Amino acid sequence: MSAETRVTPASAGSRWIPAFAGMTASGRGAWHRLALWSVLLLFAFFFLTPMYVMLTSSLKDMAQIREGNLLSLPASPGFDAWAKAWSSACTGIDCGGLKPFFLNSVMMVVPAVLVSTALGAVNGYVLSKWRFKGSELMFALMLFGMFMPLQVVLLPMSQVLGWFGIASSIWGLVLVHILAGLPSTTLFFRNYYVGLPDELIKAAMLDGAGFWRIFWRIVLPLSGPILVVTLIWQFTNIWNDFLFGVVFSGGDSKPVTVGLNNLANTSSAVKEYNVDMAAAMIAALPTLFIYIIAGNYFVRGLTAGAVKG
Amino acid sequence: MGALSIRNVRKSFGATDILKGIDVEVEAGEFLILVGPSGCGKSTLLSMIAGLDTPSTGSIHIADRDVTYALPKDRDIAMVFQSYALYPNMNVAKNISFGLEMRNVPKVEREAAVQRVAKMLQIEHLLDRKPGQLSGGQRQRVAMGRALARNPKLFLFDEPLSNLDAKLRVEMRAEIKLLHQRTKTTTVYVTHDQVEAMTLGDRIAVMREGVVQQLGTPDDIYSRPATRFVAEFIGSPAMNMVGSRRAANGLVAKGVDLALTDEQRLALQTAAAPEITYGLRPESLAFADDGLPGSVSMLEPTGPETYAMVDTPLGNLVARVPGKVSHAVGERVFLRWAATDAHLFDGQNEKRVA
Repeated sequence: MSAETRVTPASAGSRWIPAFAGMTASGRGAWHRLALWSVLLLFAFFFLTPMYVMLTSSLKDMAQIREGNLLSLPASPGFDAWAKAWSSACTGIDCGGLKPFFLNSVMMVVPAVLVSTALGAVNGYVLSKWRFKGSELMFALMLFGMFMPLQVVLLPMSQVLGWFGIASSIWGLVLVHILAGLPSTTLFFRNYYVGLPDELIKAAMLDGAGFWRIFWRIVLPLSGPILVVTLIWQFTNIWNDFLFGVVFSGGDSKPVTVGLNNLANTSSAVKEYNVDMAAAMIAALPTLFIYIIAGNYFVRGLTAGAVKG
Repeated sequence: MGALSIRNVRKSFGATDILKGIDVEVEAGEFLILVGPSGCGKSTLLSMIAGLDTPSTGSIHIADRDVTYALPKDRDIAMVFQSYALYPNMNVAKNISFGLEMRNVPKVEREAAVQRVAKMLQIEHLLDRKPGQLSGGQRQRVAMGRALARNPKLFLFDEPLSNLDAKLRVEMRAEIKLLHQRTKTTTVYVTHDQVEAMTLGDRIAVMREGVVQQLGTPDDIYSRPATRFVAEFIGSPAMNMVGSRRAANGLVAKGVDLALTDEQRLALQTAAAPEITYGLRPESLAFADDGLPGSVSMLEPTGPETYAMVDTPLGNLVARVPGKVSHAVGERVFLRWAATDAHLFDGQNEKRVA
């Protein structure tokens, strides 16, 4: 019996690079390459410029900012503005910086992401592998939740949160984000699990495994890519949310987006652009960080269903 | 004592009847084949035996216990799927022992079972690999190993060889047969391939549109097909069929008197149908110096034998003759056959007359 191994997707994915490099031999290939690189660099420049302005401004002192040259490099780069934005900038009458808001966001985002992802996985598992009478209708109704304008739920939701006694608290925000995230997490997992062969589930049933054991031992271990996609998606959405944050939070449960808004809108004698920029960077860093460490999986996960043989 | 008994099983989805009353008894140790074209209900029937589907009416018994509505895990059965359905996240050893683990078999016994099965199927060197690193034939072996590990009462195979290439299919077919001879586990095997059906089965159930057309040994099915459908489905090239009408002293097709035995004449007298289909297996036809005239229209040499298509007054007939054919395409030839080799079917209800 031969011990043949299959080509892994990773090695298959890099095949085009040598072929591409080989094209430089011909003049047409060189032009092609030049055009391609120009367009790519142009777009990269276009998207990175605001980032550059934010980063350099946050490292400048106010004296240099007043000179008015937006694109200049910081003369004496320092993290004073970052320190101020983090711990002593004023938002309204409080002057504790972004730190408390940032911590609120962390407290909100971690349980909301984990719970909405977990529930989405179970929902997707049921809606794809344990269909019942009316499950397709249920899925259609859940999808409707994705396209519903969220403003519609603001008033009823605040009423419900009041009944539960978690209005104006972080737990209220967590609940709202879980509910609002369920349609998309369910959709992600359901569509991914539709691609898993039904025979896997049947084989496990014959082997004696039940609903949960099949989920834990077979389905979940095969969910790596879609788990990462959903986690990133939910983290980004919930971290960046402003609407729910501003409507449902109380005085000490405001997330970082609301904190940033208040910080930037708090009028003082001088507009401290460097502090504003540093605060915006701080608010944006977690999503950036998550995307950088898991982005590779993100792209792989989004296409995994499409190319699965 | 019946190892498996299927009693008057029917299945319908709304107005469509998938199975229209199936009765099958399988003896312990028997190898039963369910064969038929796609859509005949064979896979649905297998799903019901496995417990993955339930009949609309009727009952299923395994070892004299009614399991019609029992869960798959409570039936003591194992199944090999067409796609193998190996767990991609587990290595081969885990795949084989998963069923035992779910049944709370202690680790030591599980490992012993894995070793026993791996040795039987010669996959000992693959135990640490993941299914994605295996070839088609190796996956097939692992899937069988998973089924064997538990020593089930009943083995179910759902078209297990149809994803393999032709050569490997023949090899694995022989292995399945050897395995069954060794373990003597009662087996139900679904296929659409008539060669698999003939070579593997102790008995064959030929199904069509939710009805068992014939249930019998491979020899019964081949030499005494109960219906025209069975006659045409089993055997390759397919049986030649000639439509004929009654005449004073037998059957006439397009002006040609058809050879009949006395028994066949007798059977014809009791049958009511005005039209009779006269069937001849290709190997029953032979070239001769006289007989039915015709011209060779095509030759298909396969090596040990040749399929010759001959244009005759009765239509195109395929003859299967040993070795090479000395005649050329277009040549005038004569075909002969023995009346005992003819199969007669009622022209209307397609049932066997003689």
